[in-house]
Amino acid sequence: MKEIVVISGKGGTGKTSITAALAFLAGKDAVVADCDVDAADMHLLMQPDFARSEDFYSGEVAEILQDECTQCGKCMEVCRFDAISIIDEQYWVDPISCEGCGYCARVCPTETIFNKDLNVGKWFISSIKTGTKMVHARLGIGADNSGKLVAKVKNEAKQLAKELDKEYILIDGSPGIGCPVVSSLSGADFVILVTEPSVSGIHDLKRVYELVKKFHIPAGCIINKSDLNSQKSQSILEYLKEKDIVHLGSYTYDEAFTKSMTQGLTLMEWEDTGSSDKIRESWDKTKQILNTL
Amino acid sequence: MKIAIASGKGGTGKTTISTNLASCLSESEPVILVDLDVEEPNSGLFIRGKLLDEYLQYKMIPEWEKKTCTLCGECQEVCNYNAIIQLGQTIMVFPELCHSCFACSELCPADALPMVQKEIGWIRTYQLNQLNFIESRLHIGEEQSTQLIAQTNSFVRDNYNQDMPVIFDAPPGTSCPVIEATKHVDFVILVTEPTPFGVHDLKLAVDTMRELNKPFGVVVNRFGIGNNEVFEYCENEKIQILAKFPNSREVAELYSRGELIYDKIPEFKNELMNLWNKVKKELHN
Repeated sequence: MKEIVVISGKGGTGKTSITAALAFLAGKDAVVADCDVDAADMHLLMQPDFARSEDFYSGEVAEILQDECTQCGKCMEVCRFDAISIIDEQYWVDPISCEGCGYCARVCPTETIFNKDLNVGKWFISSIKTGTKMVHARLGIGADNSGKLVAKVKNEAKQLAKELDKEYILIDGSPGIGCPVVSSLSGADFVILVTEPSVSGIHDLKRVYELVKKFHIPAGCIINKSDLNSQKSQSILEYLKEKDIVHLGSYTYDEAFTKSMTQGLTLMEWEDTGSSDKIRESWDKTKQILNTL
Repeated sequence: MKIAIASGKGGTGKTTISTNLASCLSESEPVILVDLDVEEPNSGLFIRGKLLDEYLQYKMIPEWEKKTCTLCGECQEVCNYNAIIQLGQTIMVFPELCHSCFACSELCPADALPMVQKEIGWIRTYQLNQLNFIESRLHIGEEQSTQLIAQTNSFVRDNYNQDMPVIFDAPPGTSCPVIEATKHVDFVILVTEPTPFGVHDLKLAVDTMRELNKPFGVVVNRFGIGNNEVFEYCENEKIQILAKFPNSREVAELYSRGELIYDKIPEFKNELMNLWNKVKKELHN
C-alpha cells in the first residue's frame, strides 16, 4: 500500500482538480482522503454519500463556573493567551483565544474552572462515484487543531485501505507549510507538487519542497497553466532537475478545469481537451515510480 | 482603519488585491501593508521596497535542567499538548508541540524548566515612497503560524500610527491563522471566484466572519468563468458584492511576472477605487 500526497504550497494552482482526476484514474485501486480540512472541496467532484459521520473532539477549552468564582484573578494572571478578561466584574474565558492549556484550572484555588472537550469538526467515510471509499472532514468554524483532524482523516484512510486491501491512498493536502501540511506529509511514500509558472507559484513551490525534503519523501511535480509564462515554466523545469524532482507533466491553461467543476465532474469525465491525456500520463509515471520504491 | 483581505479558498487573488490596493492608495497617502500569510508570504514579490529592518521572532519553550530536576513528573502531568515527556531518567521536550503556556515551567517545584527562546521566523520592514510594507515569514518546519501572526499584529500595533489605512494580506482557510489575522481589523474583504470551489469556501469564510461579528463584503475575482452561484448566494444572504474583476489573461500574465496591475490596466484601477470607496462607506456607517 502506497500513500501519495498532493500539495502545492500556493493555493489555487489546481491541486484539488488534479487530485480528483487522479482519483478517477486510480478508481477502485485507491482510498481517497481529503486532508485539506480547512477548505475541503474535493467532495464536490466525487459524489460522496456521507454514509458514516463522526464528531471530532480535540483539545480543550476552559470554562469558569461563575457562582463559585471568588474573583482572585489567578487565572487571568497565568494565562499567556489573553483569553481571560473581566466583564461586568466577572471573569470570562474567550473560547476563541483559549488554547486549552489547562493552566488556569490548575491554579484556581477554588477549583471553579473546568476544561471542556472541544468539538472541532466532523469526519466522514463515504462511498464515492469511482466505486471506492473516501475519508473527508469538515473543520468547525474558527477551530484550532486542524493538524489533528488531518491526522485523523489520514489514519482512517490508512485503516480502510488496509481492510479493503487497496493499492493506494491518494491524499489531497492543504496549502501552506504549517501544521496541517506537516500532518498530511508524515508517513507518505510520494509527494506530487502542483505548481504554476508565476513568481508566487515558484516561491511557494520552493518553500514547500524544503519541507518535503525534511521528511525525505521522493517527489514529482506537475506544472499547471504552463503556457501562462513560458520563461517561468522553464525556470521551474530547471529547479526540478537541480533538486531531482520528477517532472510528471506540464498542462497548458484549460477552461475544462472550471467547466467540469461547475458540473460536479472530474476532468477525466469531461470532453477531451488534451488535459485528460496529460493527466493519464502523469498517473502512469507516478505508478511506475511507486513500483520502484 | 484596518482592513483584512481574506478568502476561504487559496489562489483567488488575495495578494493581487492587497498589493495593488496598497500601492495605488500610497500614491496619495501613507499606507501600511502587512503580509500575514506567514507560511507562504507573496506580497513581497510584488512590492520591491527598501529593506529597513529585520526582527527575529521567537517562541518560548521549556529547557530541561538535568542537575536541578527531581524527576517528580509534574511537568508531564500538566502539559496538555504531550509536548513534554518523562522517559526513565530523562525529560524530553518536543518544541513543535509546545504552545508556550508556561505551565510546566512555572509549576515545576524544582525550577528545572526555565523558558528559553526558539526562533520561529522573522518580521521585515520595507519602505517604498509612502508605502510601509511589513512582511512576516515562518521558518520552514515550524508549525504554529498563528503565534507568528499574533506577534506581527502586536508589532504593527506598537510601531505604527494606525490612523493611516492598514491592509492585512491574510492566510487562506477558515481556521486559527485566519481568525488571528482578522480578529483585530475593522472590515474584512473576502475574495472569491465564481466557481463551485470558490463559492463553497466563501460560505465557510462568511460563517467564520459572522461568528467573529466582523463586518465584511465580497470581491468576485475572475468574473466570467464558472457560473452564477456566487451572485445568487450573496443576494440570498444579503452580502454586499464590493467589486468584480473580470477574468483576464493579461492580468494573469502580469501577475505571473510579479508585476502590479493597477498602473497598467485602467479598468482594473477603476474597480479597485470603487472597491475602496465602498469599503470606506461601509466603515463610515
